[in-house]
Amino acid sequence: MELGSYQDQSQATFSLTDEDHTLANSLRFTLNQDPRVTFCGYSIPHPSDARVNIRVQTTGDQASEVLKDSCQDLMLICQHVRSTFDQAVVEFKNKKGLDAMNIEP
Amino acid sequence: MEEQKTPKIPVWDLPDVPKGKLPPHLELQRTRVLCTSDAPTHTENIRYSGAYASMGVDNSLRLGHFRDNFRVEVITLTEDDMEFDMIGIDASLANAFRRILIAELPTMAIEKVLIANNTSVIQDEVLAHRLGLVPLKVDPRLFEYMSENDVPNEKNTIVFKLHSRCERGSSRIKVLSNELQWLPRGSEFTLSTEKPAVDPTSRPRTYTSFNCSQDSLPEFSNNPIGPKHDDIMIAKLGPGQEIELEAHAVKGMGKTHAKWSPVATAWYRMLPEVVLLQEIEGEKAEELVKKCPVKVFDIEDIGKGRKRATVARPRSCTLCRECIRGDDWDKHVALRRVKDHFIFTIESTGALHPEVLFTEAVKILEDKCERVITELS
Repeated sequence: MELGSYQDQSQATFSLTDEDHTLANSLRFTLNQDPRVTFCGYSIPHPSDARVNIRVQTTGDQASEVLKDSCQDLMLICQHVRSTFDQAVVEFKNKKGLDAMNIEP
Repeated sequence: MEEQKTPKIPVWDLPDVPKGKLPPHLELQRTRVLCTSDAPTHTENIRYSGAYASMGVDNSLRLGHFRDNFRVEVITLTEDDMEFDMIGIDASLANAFRRILIAELPTMAIEKVLIANNTSVIQDEVLAHRLGLVPLKVDPRLFEYMSENDVPNEKNTIVFKLHSRCERGSSRIKVLSNELQWLPRGSEFTLSTEKPAVDPTSRPRTYTSFNCSQDSLPEFSNNPIGPKHDDIMIAKLGPGQEIELEAHAVKGMGKTHAKWSPVATAWYRMLPEVVLLQEIEGEKAEELVKKCPVKVFDIEDIGKGRKRATVARPRSCTLCRECIRGDDWDKHVALRRVKDHFIFTIESTGALHPEVLFTEAVKILEDKCERVITELS
């Protein structure tokens, strides 16, 4: 993982090794929804290299901080997805258990 | 030339677009894929935070908004299959979960096959490949990855033995996966470099170095490891033919080889939405019901012998677009897909239950984020 930045901290390209569309596309989604981001996109320079380049340009904030915040957002989303999913599964199992017991209400 | 018929309305007489809300046509384009007779349109998702800034609509990520709107509804859940609705999430995340399920969740699969004897018609390499694809019923979280310089031990390898022989004079037999016998103590084959034992009490070195027997571990003591299905055909043996081998299973990921994929497949589709743009009655309703091959439409009686078409089963719509084919049918029926409603299906191969697989997949995405955060700071 390396950070290709210049004098201007508000724009940078991040090269993530061992990652692919799975993370890059999700990060692009969260980055694009951040109001501080003016541009973001990703590319996979070569299909047989396990590497993605993520370009982030911001309105002035440090690009690496914005990317970090986006990762944090994505993690919070994932945690919420997981808890909601677990809850839905438990509810479904309970309901199925009740149906199987065939208790009249 | 005919004069233009549209009346001229002063701009200040036009109704105001309410602030903070998108006009209906933009809201439709934002939330639905329109399936027209030639091609689907508005397939893209608009993610940019300021996309609707001119209309006073904030399109940025609001976690509170996401938490209020995100829902999961389980439709079916069995030991191997699961179908659930995931509502209020972007396609990029749904796709990330799907990709992780297929390619990045680890399982155990046979990787190394030591063949002592194979006189069957099936070649060694083909036999080894077939063994690799046999799904194993074991929780991969209890094992470690084996890297190149690792010695096979009880924490990273599972050993199976297969010895099957068809006696001369009998008829052909089948070798099924239930003949794979778990060896909790590790390999029984001695290393070819090993000299005949001088000291009869010392155990000769084998292809694995287990420190203890796997069935003494609490996880496996009353839960023996074996193939998920007992009736998978591995080979057929003719009279006089024999197979004797040892198979070593290790932990791996689906992106290395599909045999390590924990799902037979995992996929999602967006919820179809079928809308009748105008009342369809009488013969036209009957025609519509007949047009649909998956019986999405039904006829409802509205009294006095009049019949009206209704959308009864929109979920089964395959968007074949048969109902909007031909003269002006697209003025009566609209086919759409809801962009943030995913019907997600997971078919597990048996190592883990589908609901566990999904939570593990979400955890892996979290780990990926964490890795980026730690490397940046």
